Amino acid sequence: MGKTITLSRATGVSSLPAPVRRVMSIGLKNVVVPLLGIVLFLGAWSLAARNIDTSLGQFPGPATVAQQFVSLYDEHRAEREKAEAFYERQEQRNAERVAQDPSYEPKIRDYTGKETFFDQVRTSLITVMCGFLLAALVAIPFGIAIGLSETLYTAVNPVIQVLKPISPLAWLPLVTMVVSALYVSEDPLVPKSFLNSMITVTLCCLWPMLINTAVGVASISQDLVNVSRVLSLPPLTHVRRIVLPAAVPAIFTGMRLSIGIAWMVLIAAEMLAQNPGLGKFVWDEFQNGSSESLGRILTAAIVIGFIGFLLDRGMLTLQRFVSWDRNSATR
Amino acid sequence: MNNPTPDRDVARDVILDISHIDVVFPTPKGSFQALADVDLQIRQGEFISIIGHSGCGKSTVLNAVAGLTETARGGVILNGREVDRPGPERAMVFQNHSLLPWLTAFENVALAVRQVFGKTKSKAKQKEWIEHNLRLVHMDHAMHKRPDEISGGMKQRVGIARALAMQPDILLLDEPFGALDALTRSSLQDSLMEIKAELDNTVIMVTHDVDEAVLLSDRIVMMTNGPAATVGEILDVPLPHPRERMALVEDPTYVHCRSEVLRFLYEKQRKVEAIGRHNGKSAARAGDDAKVA
Repeated sequence: MGKTITLSRATGVSSLPAPVRRVMSIGLKNVVVPLLGIVLFLGAWSLAARNIDTSLGQFPGPATVAQQFVSLYDEHRAEREKAEAFYERQEQRNAERVAQDPSYEPKIRDYTGKETFFDQVRTSLITVMCGFLLAALVAIPFGIAIGLSETLYTAVNPVIQVLKPISPLAWLPLVTMVVSALYVSEDPLVPKSFLNSMITVTLCCLWPMLINTAVGVASISQDLVNVSRVLSLPPLTHVRRIVLPAAVPAIFTGMRLSIGIAWMVLIAAEMLAQNPGLGKFVWDEFQNGSSESLGRILTAAIVIGFIGFLLDRGMLTLQRFVSWDRNSATR
Repeated sequence: MNNPTPDRDVARDVILDISHIDVVFPTPKGSFQALADVDLQIRQGEFISIIGHSGCGKSTVLNAVAGLTETARGGVILNGREVDRPGPERAMVFQNHSLLPWLTAFENVALAVRQVFGKTKSKAKQKEWIEHNLRLVHMDHAMHKRPDEISGGMKQRVGIARALAMQPDILLLDEPFGALDALTRSSLQDSLMEIKAELDNTVIMVTHDVDEAVLLSDRIVMMTNGPAATVGEILDVPLPHPRERMALVEDPTYVHCRSEVLRFLYEKQRKVEAIGRHNGKSAARAGDDAKVA
């Protein structure tokens, strides 16, 4: 941001030394131009919003969204304070009881207040990461296997092609029923709803990683395979030292596609199944139908977009860090 | 070795025996016979070049020796044992360097050294051996650079270092300098002669550069055109080592050998299609389009 400040104060640009000018021109391209795009978008949005009247009042503009974001944050703070106060009271009460009767076993109960917007964001993030990691854990080794064996590839390809386009909305009821049938426990480690969302995410984001890994492994240069053969590398070393690194760029392409799909699927799954998370927040607000609802939904939508963007950037950063192929990680 | 005798029947020094091999490739249109009855004996410390037009199957001979291509008939015998699979005792330098792009020059050589000497050399000795081989090819200054950070000639140097580091019985070079510009090529040829003088390796090199073949080889194996290519003629190059590029230019033996090879390629094994299309000038360095292997 320092760059833009220099820019606005600069009057005699040509009198500045070359490196400063260069930094300024980079600043112009990377900061000013995107900023201009955002400003134009906000203007168009605000103009359009003013002309849309719904049964819940006027369509929210940027100002309403900003205001709602602040109020959601305030609610979150208030809820946190209430929770802290609750735990404090509980501790105090227990201490008193123990002081009166040393044999008393203090009961500790969880705070059962309503989940705030930021709690829902956290739940969604945890769910999407778990679902994605589970998918990666399955897809990458399996993708390597089918990439290495043409027979295996031919055998599983038709199944993959049919399973791949199944909508998360179709998986969800099946997953729900199977989880209820198989996941029976007195004291469950994680709630069922979490498992439902997570497995639906896994089922939908498995495929891009699987296919990209397989293609990456199958298209490894014959020359590199020959190097491995001349060296007589044992099969496991061959996979670890030659195949896996060679397929890393393709694997990451699959992972970036997958994390995007995972995030989209998760919101839909949470909405449909009423599983905790951002999707449920949106649905609850829609059902609520107050004058604030639209503003809150739009705030949630923008937060969803931002998180999706950050997930993608995170994956890209990871790819830059891990992958040897700088060219494949440019955009 | 400075004065190789033309007596091919002397079997005592023979390290590699390519014994009457046929190579047949299955294609969608039926089988294609690339090589027919290729028979060649190579002595310890000999530098052999295989030359021929594009598509004649010279790389296929090399791949058969490397064990990368199966023979339909006949076999390859190295040190009295038949070769049936690839192995580091027949180290190969590939035309397009084939370095692992995610490893540095040092790590590329290290992969080979760990595989071949992992059990017999200590970590410190391995490191020393890797550095020694990179020094041999004059790449010690850039050994921690990755392939995309060095030039084509440098990559090929690292490829040679990797092959040398396996301490092979026989070094196989598949058009190692084919993709390089003329100046880089000469400098690599000089390096190769230097290494050969120091280590006395047995080398088979596939090339389509006549000057390169005459400059480096003790014998030049000229292949007939495919399909069913075979050894056409074998030419001895009775020039003493070390050889000096500039001094040889007007040397009568050199000139004679050179014209013998050219006569074989352009008179006896004239490649009609290639010459017709490219106006005759580029057959000696024709592209890879018709390459069999």
